[in-house]
Amino acid sequence: MKVNYGTKYSLPMLIWLTLLFIVPSAIIIMFSFMEKNQYGGVNPVFSLQAFKDLMNSAYFKILLNTIYIAVMSTIFTLLLALPSAYYMARSKYKSFLMLLIIIPFWTNFLIRVYAWIAVLGNNGFINQFLLKIGLIKDYIGMLYNNNAVILVMVYTYLPYAILPLYAIIEKFDFSLLEAARDLGASKSQSVFRILIPNIKSGIITSLLFTFIPAFGNYAIPQIIGDKNTNMLGTVIARELTTGRNWPLASAISMLLTLVTVIGVLVFTSKQKNIKKVI
Amino acid sequence: MRKKSFSFSLFVFVLTMIFFYTPIIILFVFSFNSSKTMNWQGFSLVWYKKLFTDSADIWRSFGNSIIVALSSSAVATFIGTLGAIGIRWYKFRSKRFIEIISYLPLVLPDIIIGVSLLIMFSLVKIKLSLFTIFLAHATFNIPYVLFIVLSRLDEFDSTILEAAKDLGASEIQTLLKVIIPISVPGIIAGFLMSMTLSLDDFVITFFVSGPGSSTLPLHIYSMIRFGVSPVINAISAVMIIGTILLAVLTRRFYKYMF
Repeated sequence: MKVNYGTKYSLPMLIWLTLLFIVPSAIIIMFSFMEKNQYGGVNPVFSLQAFKDLMNSAYFKILLNTIYIAVMSTIFTLLLALPSAYYMARSKYKSFLMLLIIIPFWTNFLIRVYAWIAVLGNNGFINQFLLKIGLIKDYIGMLYNNNAVILVMVYTYLPYAILPLYAIIEKFDFSLLEAARDLGASKSQSVFRILIPNIKSGIITSLLFTFIPAFGNYAIPQIIGDKNTNMLGTVIARELTTGRNWPLASAISMLLTLVTVIGVLVFTSKQKNIKKVI
Repeated sequence: MRKKSFSFSLFVFVLTMIFFYTPIIILFVFSFNSSKTMNWQGFSLVWYKKLFTDSADIWRSFGNSIIVALSSSAVATFIGTLGAIGIRWYKFRSKRFIEIISYLPLVLPDIIIGVSLLIMFSLVKIKLSLFTIFLAHATFNIPYVLFIVLSRLDEFDSTILEAAKDLGASEIQTLLKVIIPISVPGIIAGFLMSMTLSLDDFVITFFVSGPGSSTLPLHIYSMIRFGVSPVINAISAVMIIGTILLAVLTRRFYKYMF
């Protein structure tokens, strides 16, 4: 055969991603099996200490808290996303409604988080308003707890969940629902036995798009979470900086990566084309 | 009865819109507040005046954001587009491997990419600066461009290449006169997506930025740690207007992006 141009065209991408994605990931894996150096960095000696540290009950508690927050965020996000996407797909004003979803989706992430600080914070809109009308005498602390983290997670990832659901529901043949009803199915039967199975891949995509970034989140718990009951993402940053335990930070990173990869593999195993997941 | 199920979805949709827009509208309104607090004292443009005349550091970090976004998006669009062309229309040995390594950065949590790059940069002693931010942003943007251009190329099949070859086009002519022109909507969509993601990124930038290389999100982060500030309300309002304009102007490219 002639020169293979496919290799040529893909070569810059292969080199770039190898140097700036594969190599750094390999370094993290290596570091997690090394001894920590108390000035930061590692001693090049094999050690399983980081993984032993991970078994420590304090980290286990953080792991559980991380799972709790990610699961709750995913549930609330999907509960809002499914009916919203359904409504959009059946509406006459699809492109306008799409625009209404794209605007919060593209609004700067920190602005979206800040907006909630401005609303719920001690000096925020709600506290100021309630103080002014005399309903409360002192501030109500609404931020810096798990509920605030879940709320902002839902706010942040809802557009990511709505878009793939909308894309698939739009292609759904709604006459199937009517056929089911004509054949005597109840309303909920037609939804749960006809609609949901047909849009399963969209639901899975939305689930992944919410659960994975929520599980590996750093910014939201860092900015408005409780400093004591934190998430894995914030622990990585802490161990990397003030904790000076790079092997442990690497080991937790590997744990997050593992959960992500397993999640993707399990959920996409039935999908023919990985591209459809994006 | 069917009418009723339809209005349930309308109810949730309206609820979602209220949820989406209430905080944004409150920010917007309070950017015009004359007082420093979230307690309405009267209309004023004082915070906009401060933002536009007395906030050099905000504008410097905004400039940094633009430099990083343009350069990283240009590089990512170039590399990602070529990658998409190679993957879509040719078969070769490392293809499956390339598909997997370009898919992974899309799904991995931001902090993993940030931390692993930080550790590598510190190992090979690359000083953290705007350049390291550029490297990181191009890295996370390449996969997005790849998949967006691929979704455009999927609208064509390989007969278009065979036709060009049969009519005597060389490889380079096929690339420049056939493949690139049909990819253009995907390339533009990929570039736009890269720009948005780059301007939006906080977590990865946070780890790979050095002294003096603050971007706008990093600067906003340093400001919000001290709580509510009316100047941030004003920046927010300006950025939200910018987002709305961008979202309206780029509507025809949505189908490749989402």
